[in-house]
Amino acid sequence: MSAFTVSDMRSLSRTLPGALHSDDLRDALALAAAIAVVGASFGALAGTAGVPLPLMVALSVVVFAGASQFLVVAVVASGGNVFAAVAAGLLMNARHVPFGLAIGGNIADRWPARLLGAHLLLDESVAFSRSRGSGPRARAAYWACGILLFVFWNTGAIVGRLAGAAIPDPDAFGVDAAFPAALLAMLLPALRPADARRVGLAAAVVALAATPFLPAGVPVIVGLLGLLAARTAPVAREAS
Amino acid sequence: MNWAAVLALGAGTYLLRLAGIVLRDRLTVPERVERYLDLGATALLVALIATATLTADGGFAGWARPAGVLVGAVAAWRRVPFVLVVVLAAGTTAGLRAIGLP
Repeated sequence: MSAFTVSDMRSLSRTLPGALHSDDLRDALALAAAIAVVGASFGALAGTAGVPLPLMVALSVVVFAGASQFLVVAVVASGGNVFAAVAAGLLMNARHVPFGLAIGGNIADRWPARLLGAHLLLDESVAFSRSRGSGPRARAAYWACGILLFVFWNTGAIVGRLAGAAIPDPDAFGVDAAFPAALLAMLLPALRPADARRVGLAAAVVALAATPFLPAGVPVIVGLLGLLAARTAPVAREAS
Repeated sequence: MNWAAVLALGAGTYLLRLAGIVLRDRLTVPERVERYLDLGATALLVALIATATLTADGGFAGWARPAGVLVGAVAAWRRVPFVLVVVLAAGTTAGLRAIGLP
């Protein structure tokens, strides 16, 4: 990350805001507001689990992958093995590899900026950027979503850690429904082709069927088997 | 929880994030494979939405959450603005929980 120079930062800050639509900024802020609530509940949980503030901030800033952070803190709080928890967290985050493969071109042209942008790869920033195509608007959307979520997630976590038990259960606000609904709203345009709908349906069925039997996060990766429902006809035509 | 665990999870997660991006840059991908990469992201996101909507801790998440997601989904389908989709989904679930539905 030290390779990220001031001139890279300048060229990013010159090109990105110009391509950022105000609608996209508003939508990213809605996601960011919801993530702040989840971040606060993460901070409160970390406090209950006795994770010191500097360690919690480091976890939140350096890992920046909510579900895996909840997982490790919960395992540690229940007296589980911390390295088993880290392994489970990494397994959960393995879905970032296919995400990077799919939207690697939506981040930046130059490597220093890509190295920084890689840290902002999230379910939400991937879905958000994809819903804006693959041009300059999609790139600006990726960075806006990633940066806002980074700031709101970490700020929320610190507030939650400091407020502790005063933080209400985020489920009371329904934020657990907000994220799947938001991801679905962003995914709808990609589900227009019949092929994508078949793959999506198969992925959902496989992931749900696998949920009772596999550790958290793995059913989502198993959902990749939904790709088998893609029509192979275009390939066969090419071969013949 | 200790510093080694935080650094291991942080470094590992960052490398997973970077791996796909580097691979995508290094490989010249034929159009047909590119379509599968794109469909792969769709498959993962739908799997994520389905499991996050219906399941919690390996079991059923209760009715309030899927009801909220359904309201949000219908709103998104009717092209309601995104911010309102998020608010409607959260509001429905919060309202149902307030009246005692789990």
